[in-house]
Amino acid sequence: MNSVIELDQLSVRLGNRDILNGLTGTLKARTIGLLGPNGAGKSTLINTLLGFYPPHKGTARIFGYDIRQQRNAIRSLAGYMPENDCFIGNMSAVTFVRYMAELSGLPPEQALERAHEALFYVGLGEARYRKVGTYSLGMKQMAKLAQAVVHGPKLVILDEPTNGLDPPARLRMLKLIQEMKASGTMHIILCSHLLRDVEETCEEVVILKQGRVVHISNLEEERRLNKRFLELEAYGTQNGFLDAARAIGCECADLGNGRIKMVLGDGVDVRNIYQLASERNLQLRRLSNRRDSLEDIFLRAMEN
Amino acid sequence: MAVYKRSYKSYAGSITAEWSRFWIIPRFAWHGLFKQRLLTILYVVCFFYPLGAALVIYFNSNMSFLRQYIPVPDRLIDIGNTFFFTFISVQSVLGFILTALIGPGLISPDLTNNALPLYFCRPLSRTGYVAGKMTVIAALLSLITWIPGLLLFTLQASLSDSKWWDANAYLAWSIFLSSVLWILVISVLALALSAWVKWKVVAGGLMLVVLFIGSALGEMVRQIARSDFGRYLDLAYNMSRIWGSLFRITEDTGSISLEESIAVVLAFSAFCIYLLMKKVRAFEVVR
Repeated sequence: MNSVIELDQLSVRLGNRDILNGLTGTLKARTIGLLGPNGAGKSTLINTLLGFYPPHKGTARIFGYDIRQQRNAIRSLAGYMPENDCFIGNMSAVTFVRYMAELSGLPPEQALERAHEALFYVGLGEARYRKVGTYSLGMKQMAKLAQAVVHGPKLVILDEPTNGLDPPARLRMLKLIQEMKASGTMHIILCSHLLRDVEETCEEVVILKQGRVVHISNLEEERRLNKRFLELEAYGTQNGFLDAARAIGCECADLGNGRIKMVLGDGVDVRNIYQLASERNLQLRRLSNRRDSLEDIFLRAMEN
Repeated sequence: MAVYKRSYKSYAGSITAEWSRFWIIPRFAWHGLFKQRLLTILYVVCFFYPLGAALVIYFNSNMSFLRQYIPVPDRLIDIGNTFFFTFISVQSVLGFILTALIGPGLISPDLTNNALPLYFCRPLSRTGYVAGKMTVIAALLSLITWIPGLLLFTLQASLSDSKWWDANAYLAWSIFLSSVLWILVISVLALALSAWVKWKVVAGGLMLVVLFIGSALGEMVRQIARSDFGRYLDLAYNMSRIWGSLFRITEDTGSISLEESIAVVLAFSAFCIYLLMKKVRAFEVVR
């Protein structure tokens, strides 16, 4: 798979302070989560990728285009939804989104058509002739999303898209992101400090801390690996259950009080474990896959 | 994606040429401008003087027509450099008032609502953005300064003999250059103030302050220090010094040379551009 973003020793210095420090890594997934505590450099990274801040050292490439030399090519392919309020208050939503579409290169007629469509898509169809300045916070977020996707970009950068949204609006926003991902035509970078939002939508995460990449992880792969890792709670005498499990290729650890951790061997599945327990009259009262949540990954990365 | 489907679909249609996108910003700005009634009225008023001047030029060359009704001399006035200098001066003042009305509303709404990142995340440079906004002022002012000026010049040239043409051909260049210079200077001033002052009314007022207080301050320094040094602060004086030279009108110019006046105007414009570009960026870097 071709890379979406390649970070190559990217450093950014603003006002004599190193904000990003030698970021390196390759991101390939369709939806990429950008995580980190406040001040980690998430927004600075986005702004640098879009060419708002010049790199101090190193560079980055988006779809192979260098952010130093091919800024316009990158901007033609990207859509951006900023974190803060960004709109033109005295314009109606449809004029605003059309204006942004035209600036992205759509001819006027298509821009108008797409503006209507994008506003219906984000759920602002009925309010599209109202001035954006009169919108509620949630509606403004949706209008920002509409302007980011109106021109059908190849990459959409969403900076804290669920900020200030009530629970139904948040769910709607996440659903829209999942739909865009499912369309298969768009890559998404989601920058958020809400781990759950990232976990629900992203396939790959980059965790930043103090301007450095501390972890890059493919969540899909992690989830696949987690399925091999079991936690069991047994009741009664084990009658050689652990030895039998080891004999079929599993790795086991007895934690005492009937609690067992197990990594399934190749070709072994949960059914075989139930079978072994049944043969030894061992009651399995709980069997679960280890859920190494994004929170665990994040906390581990922060500790490191 | 059709409206009723409400599902995301990417865009696969045509894309406009990059150079043609320059006109998008002025086009959208234009739409909002004439919703202000005061501006529309003022803009109509700006055409009264050119129309009057056209009538004067016509009757000046066709006195026999007037003589049928009233006793008049052979010529009403002498149409030459003074006539066109006065025309440009009057229209420039009107243009300045017009700019004070429209200029502050061009950038400040984008800054108030932090809209600049939305412009600059698209293939649009800061220079392109400023040039687009400037085009709005330039187009409006061109329609009341050098375009009617050159039309009047053409009318006069067509109604008079070759001797007038030989003596006054340079005026075409003078009309164009003086207007363009004025338009550029007040455009950058209006945009710079629009970028730094969020309130439109205050920004408009500041434009007048820069011009008139600059003149007053310059005169004050001149009187107190008994030196022409104060003239450096007077933008209007330096502009009229340049215009006077372009229209070949000799005035008492004091000790300020033409080159110094040009330097003052250039320095003033450069300072405005510096202020403007400092503010027109996607994100401010807090040091």
